[in-house]
Amino acid sequence: MIPPSFDYHAPRTLPEALALLGQYGDEAKVLSGGQSLLPLLKLRFAQPAHLVDIGRIPGLDYIREEGGVLKIGALAREAALEASEVVRSKYPILADTAAVIADPIVRNLATVCGNLAHGDPANDHPATMLAVGAEVVATGPKGARTIPIAQFFTGLFATALEPAEVLTEIRIPAPPPGSGGAYVKLERKVGDFATAGAAAFLVIKGGVISSAGIGLTNVGPTPIKAREAESYLAGKKADEAAFAEAGRLAASAARPGADRRGSVEYKTDMARVLTVRALRKAAQRAGGR
Amino acid sequence: MARHSVRVTVNGTPREAQVESRLLLVHLLREEFRLTGTHIGCDTTHCGACTVLLDGVPVKSCTVLAVQADGRNVKTVEGLEKDGALHPIQEGFMQEHGLQCGFCTPGMMLTSAALLEKTKSPGEDEIRHAISGNLCRCTGYVNIVKAVQHAAAKLR
Repeated sequence: MIPPSFDYHAPRTLPEALALLGQYGDEAKVLSGGQSLLPLLKLRFAQPAHLVDIGRIPGLDYIREEGGVLKIGALAREAALEASEVVRSKYPILADTAAVIADPIVRNLATVCGNLAHGDPANDHPATMLAVGAEVVATGPKGARTIPIAQFFTGLFATALEPAEVLTEIRIPAPPPGSGGAYVKLERKVGDFATAGAAAFLVIKGGVISSAGIGLTNVGPTPIKAREAESYLAGKKADEAAFAEAGRLAASAARPGADRRGSVEYKTDMARVLTVRALRKAAQRAGGR
Repeated sequence: MARHSVRVTVNGTPREAQVESRLLLVHLLREEFRLTGTHIGCDTTHCGACTVLLDGVPVKSCTVLAVQADGRNVKTVEGLEKDGALHPIQEGFMQEHGLQCGFCTPGMMLTSAALLEKTKSPGEDEIRHAISGNLCRCTGYVNIVKAVQHAAAKLR
């Protein structure tokens, strides 16, 4: 399959990229890792007149902790996230997530920021970012603004990014003492999108949950923040009974469609099961049980 | 239609072509440079038959634009042998019968060669993980794992 015709731009600086995006408006798409965008173009799901390749802009591929925040730059690859020492030791929920995205070869190019900016409810990082309460930085012609992740996913393949904005950074608060997170995905085979997936992040003090974050993958038109389950868990003992009820509440927020991966009933129940598993693993990592 | 001048070092040789923006790297290699060892399998980023090394890193060349490779190094299966001598990974696939139809083999060998650049003695799990983006429908992977281990031993 050959993509439709477009003009290609390879700016060397972020201001140049922003100027091009400002000039072409919604006729332009940002190309970074290309592992979602190029398949989309081949299938003619999108036919932008211009691609603005940010891949040649230096200095955007960082993953670093700074002032109590983990910062992930626009060009940080999934493979780099998976291999990052600070991620593996302090943010294992991110390593969980990167390791189950597509396959290792795709992860050599695919970017973490692209996984969010694409706005696909089947992508894995959105659920994780919802669970950990990330923020994203959107940089446009008028400067940068931060968007809480819970306000980022506005519809199917739609995000809060303006046409002339680039998602330049993800910010994740450093995990407080007594916290733990995990991402669990059910997939039919390596490289497939999730049948369902669940991310959980818990802060546990003296066996009691002080706060909980839960995100769900591919069980609705957008990634889902399971708010009811989150608020239920606050103040509860971190035990199986609480996790079972939270799983039930999370599943009630799921709105999956039936497809070859399963029926509505099956996916809804998998959202429940995976939420419980993610909570269990998060609690283990928190050391709270 | 926008055309771009692309300069790529392919298997150590600088090459140049005028390409459309939308030309895929795999088509640049096969149709412009006539290096048909890189195969097109699924064309949907799944099978890994089109895997090449871009600056030493395995990528699926059906999901990279030729213009994205401008100024960079590409290694294809044709670049594995050196002065008429097979690369240890090629010997491994031959000795251990790591292929049947051979369609996935170029991509499989490039992914494996990149693994062996990073890891001297990969275990079976590590090998299977590394090649999990390269599909083989003939062998059941058993002999592919042996082939990679054969090459690893030879390279140590």
